[in-house]
Amino acid sequence: MASGDIDVAYVAKLARIALTPAEIEKFGAQLGALLEHVDALAALPVADVAATAQVIAQSNVMRSDTPVPSLDRETVLRGAPQREGAYFRVPRIIGEVT
Amino acid sequence: MPRDTALEVARSVNAGERSALELTRSALERIAERDGEIGAYLTLTGDLARAAAERVDAAVRGGATFPLAGVGLAIKDNMCVTTTRTTCASKILDGWIAPYTATAVQRLLDAGAIPLGKTNLDEFAMGSSCENSALGKTVNPWDRRRVPGGSSGGSVAAVAAGEATIALGSDTGGSIREPAAFCNVVGFKPTYGRVSRYGLIAFASSLDQIGPITTTVADAALVYDLMAGRDPMDATTVDRAVEPALPGLREDLRGVRIGIVREFGLEKLEPEVRAVYERAYADLEKLGAELVEVALPTADYGIATYYLIAPAECSSNLARFDGMRYGLRVEGADVGSTYEQTRAAGFGDEVKRRILIGTYALSSGYYDAYYVRAQKARTLIAADFARAFAACDAIACPAAASPAFEFAAKADPVSMYLMDYYTIPMSLAGVPSLSVPCGYATPEGSELPMPLGLELSGPLFAERSLLGIAHAYERATLHARARQIPEIVATAGAK
Repeated sequence: MASGDIDVAYVAKLARIALTPAEIEKFGAQLGALLEHVDALAALPVADVAATAQVIAQSNVMRSDTPVPSLDRETVLRGAPQREGAYFRVPRIIGEVT
Repeated sequence: MPRDTALEVARSVNAGERSALELTRSALERIAERDGEIGAYLTLTGDLARAAAERVDAAVRGGATFPLAGVGLAIKDNMCVTTTRTTCASKILDGWIAPYTATAVQRLLDAGAIPLGKTNLDEFAMGSSCENSALGKTVNPWDRRRVPGGSSGGSVAAVAAGEATIALGSDTGGSIREPAAFCNVVGFKPTYGRVSRYGLIAFASSLDQIGPITTTVADAALVYDLMAGRDPMDATTVDRAVEPALPGLREDLRGVRIGIVREFGLEKLEPEVRAVYERAYADLEKLGAELVEVALPTADYGIATYYLIAPAECSSNLARFDGMRYGLRVEGADVGSTYEQTRAAGFGDEVKRRILIGTYALSSGYYDAYYVRAQKARTLIAADFARAFAACDAIACPAAASPAFEFAAKADPVSMYLMDYYTIPMSLAGVPSLSVPCGYATPEGSELPMPLGLELSGPLFAERSLLGIAHAYERATLHARARQIPEIVATAGAK
């Protein structure tokens, strides 16, 4: 894996973070250095090794489908950046995502 | 002046010798005197504290007792406490009021603990020095020119400076253990899945774990026993009986095998630091332990593995901070630019770096080469630990390669990441691990000796055995109590 060729502007777009040209340059160099470090993993023989998502052997955890009280709507809405009555107010989404 | 432990405070309050309210008032006074210099707290919760203390006092007068009666608790500010500002030390959550309380916190409050305030951290717990906080600067109480470590720097500094008797931290790759070592306190990360993460704002969900920060191993056992166990609100908590650790504390190490890791040879360390760890290993042997060499051949891949898995999980977890339902919103021309501007203004550089690297590692074309490869490496690392623990009861090694460093000394991100060399492998394997004070070394160019921590790690779910071993070591060496913090605070940083 070639390091240092990370397309920071593209990745930032995927991550939904606006970056200035100076930040793209700075993060590009820093992330390139980190990728050089993680490239060491290529030396590990992992072809026949199973991937670990979590270390504790937990399988699906079920509970009975019984309603329980949830968070109070008013309390939660008080933390909203914008609200309208009993709703979160958000920007229009239809036809505007680029 | 020796400070009271949580066990001593609770005993005296339960016996009616002291009132929780008086203790709380003096704790808040001490914070008011000290914290301007230390910077441990982001938010003080004096009203909550006094109300909790009054409830404890009234119940004790009625004949009740509590395991943490009147014990002052500092809470890392990535844990929710209802009605309280909860920020993760980030501009994106500054001013957010949590609508519920984390399970781990609630269990301590139910046990009589007094919530004194919320402590500083590296933003979203990403860092090893507390310098990545967007909301405040925390200094090391032993030398104010130096960092307290991170990410739980505020919680550790609060306990070290006597501004709380106990604290909660969270540990993803060393965020409890490294700062505990830097500030001469005990910091304990339990087995993954032992303590509920409900109400802990997620960084890397397969690694995050809440744990106690205390002045003694016995207090860490006390707090762990109260927090551990299944929680219906966190499906990753394990449904398996908790073996209480407090009754398992021991006074010697006869019959105990301590593993010394071949790959962690002390010759890499500065001579003074190396001498401290050589003496620590010798002290373990003097207590009756048999030292055995164990191998962790993949340990050197720990940092590379971690800096793919943790950022990948972080990039996914932090996607929720989009300016819609809570926290900061910066209006853009359309919804897409609102997301992008909000996150650009709300996150600091380190959080952005980790989101970017995680997004990259998960992106099409790179997923197998980076993320899946790291998950496979994690399997090998966990298997190494399982093999090592077949030959020993606990592993001993340094908690960090050096004492606390000066502010801005690790400006290059990768050099900061390397600070967690000794703590990350245990996090990836999920095993319980702690740092206990083990001596002092004077950094080059300084006149002030700085504390060091011995890291002890045990097999999965072996908290009782691990804390028992740490207690025997602490009791025989008393490194933390040999030198009391208040006197150090009076001289340190006066430059």
